[in-house]
Amino acid sequence: MITFEDVTKRYRDGTVAVDGLSLEASTGAITVFVGPSGCGKTTSLRMINRMIDATSGRITLDGQDVREIDPPTLRRGIGYVIQQAGLFPHRKIVDNVATVPYLLGWSKKKARSRAMELLELVGLDPALAGRFPFQLSGGQQQRVGVARALAADPPVLLMDEPFSAVDPIVRASLQDELLRLQLELRKTIVFVTHDIDEAVKLGDTVAVMRVGGRLAQMAGPATLLTEPADDFVREFLGRDRGIRRLSFISAKEMRLSPSPSDLVIDEDGRALGWRTADGLAAYGTFNPETDSLRVALDAALLSPNGTAVAVDEEGRVRGVAGRDSIDKLLGEYAPPATGPAPGGSGGGSSSGAGDSEGAPA
Amino acid sequence: MNWLAGFFGDAAHWSGPDGIPARLLEHLEFSAAAFLIAALIAVPLGMLIGHTGRGALLVVIAANAARALPTLGLLVLVVLLAGVGTVLPVLIPLVVLAIPPILVNTYEGVRGVDADLRDAAYGMGLRGRQVLLQTLTPVALPLILLGLRLAAVQVVSTATVAAFVGLGGLGRFIIDGLATKTYADVIGGAVLVAALALAVQFAFLLLDRVAVSPGVRQIR
Ligand SMILES: Nc1ncnc2c1ncn2[C@@H]1O[C@H](COP(=O)(O)OP(=O)(O)OP(=O)(O)O)[C@@H](O)[C@H]1O
Ligand SMILES: [Mg+2]
Repeated sequence: MITFEDVTKRYRDGTVAVDGLSLEASTGAITVFVGPSGCGKTTSLRMINRMIDATSGRITLDGQDVREIDPPTLRRGIGYVIQQAGLFPHRKIVDNVATVPYLLGWSKKKARSRAMELLELVGLDPALAGRFPFQLSGGQQQRVGVARALAADPPVLLMDEPFSAVDPIVRASLQDELLRLQLELRKTIVFVTHDIDEAVKLGDTVAVMRVGGRLAQMAGPATLLTEPADDFVREFLGRDRGIRRLSFISAKEMRLSPSPSDLVIDEDGRALGWRTADGLAAYGTFNPETDSLRVALDAALLSPNGTAVAVDEEGRVRGVAGRDSIDKLLGEYAPPATGPAPGGSGGGSSSGAGDSEGAPA
Repeated sequence: MNWLAGFFGDAAHWSGPDGIPARLLEHLEFSAAAFLIAALIAVPLGMLIGHTGRGALLVVIAANAARALPTLGLLVLVVLLAGVGTVLPVLIPLVVLAIPPILVNTYEGVRGVDADLRDAAYGMGLRGRQVLLQTLTPVALPLILLGLRLAAVQVVSTATVAAFVGLGGLGRFIIDGLATKTYADVIGGAVLVAALALAVQFAFLLLDRVAVSPGVRQIR
């Protein structure tokens, strides 16, 4: 666990980048620092591995004050990933990944074989190992950056906007990859981003910071979406909070009906479309085992009759969920009314921003 | 052309203590000594100043002094101070001449390494000296080699002045040729100096190929 105890950072020019920050980042979880540009996210992150020293307050790592540890030793035990990957241009990919093992005095052979394992773990072709960084795409370089940070198997990983320099599609796949890795590795990750969608997608806990380096709210993503602490957080979360919250509700409990006769299914059990007078119409699918209520609702909206098709991993139809089933599940997770609601949503066009307990994320 | 044929065709020019091989060897000796001393001073100094940022003023002074410094004047001064007959009067001006390009380029190379890269190196847990030797230097190597090459070429060309103070080297052909109005020797000597400078240039290009990581050469 990483704890900040009343941590303040005042730069030499007088800028107070972080002001009295107290929070905990739980072991084995992803804690995201999010907030507008200049709010002190990077400064906070870099105080953990002492790339910056706090002016006052204490940061502890599993109970030990980081100031008691010599910085290079501390850093070798903490993975660090930055926006531009920061790979060493003069070293081959495999040696880039093996940087920390080499520093720790591993034999070249052991360090390299570990590096090869990691390249595979982050989804890179081992054939890239002999290349130099300039021969890789931005997304590939970023994966190498992650592999390098993980090479010596540190319990803690610090990531500073690691995916913000790549295009949205690559970014999404890197995010998915990180979540997949995390299921396996269970690292204590502190992740910095200014993108609230990324924060909500990746974070087990999200710490929203405001300019001046003060904590505005710290909560699970579902709670954050339903119960923003104040106008600043509400505005920062942006529109569609109600819809976005549905991402954290599993579609597992959706009541399915047998597929009706106007859903055309091929001999493998896969849907072909809805039969209409003009031929087959589009349909939307969701997998109740893995998808969220948001995906189910989206699937329903893609069908002309408002009915979502439930499928298994192989894409075989397991049943359908009509609006009534979706509505019922929506009702179960509706934010309960507890006294006067604290204002509408940021845009004021939708309601339902009342209090509620977030669904298990 | 005739003069060249006369100079290089003369068998007497190819042997003995004032033949081309002996003079070439002398020339290379002065040059190599001066170059090595300059490199041993200026490369570590440039690396250190580029890395720590302390002493940058020294680089600025060196760079400007280099432009203003009359090599021949310095040579005469050192002769007056140290006397004729030693190699010192030749070495000192050559070393002084060679230091600025090495110092300036090494400093610029190390200082100019991408701040994010330097940051990543520290972030991985490299210590200051490891950052300098394992990250900054390999990345700055093309510029460091450029500085060394400029210095080497300059030293090799300028070592001709050794002849002014009664020492050997290829300058002898030029000085003596002028004195005796043997213009074939003057031109022959000048051609040899130019060829040597080209050879040095070429040697450094080869060194660049071998020593600089392909990963660094590409991003330039
Ligand atoms: N070395 C420094 N000296 C003085 N002020 C600094 C320094 N580094 C950062 N700051 C200031 O501290 C504040 C917080 O900076 P920080 O880099 O932590 O922000 P950030 O939240 O990471 O922003 P971004 O999203 O733009 O990366 C900013 O006002 C910034 O200008
Ligand atoms: Mg930042």
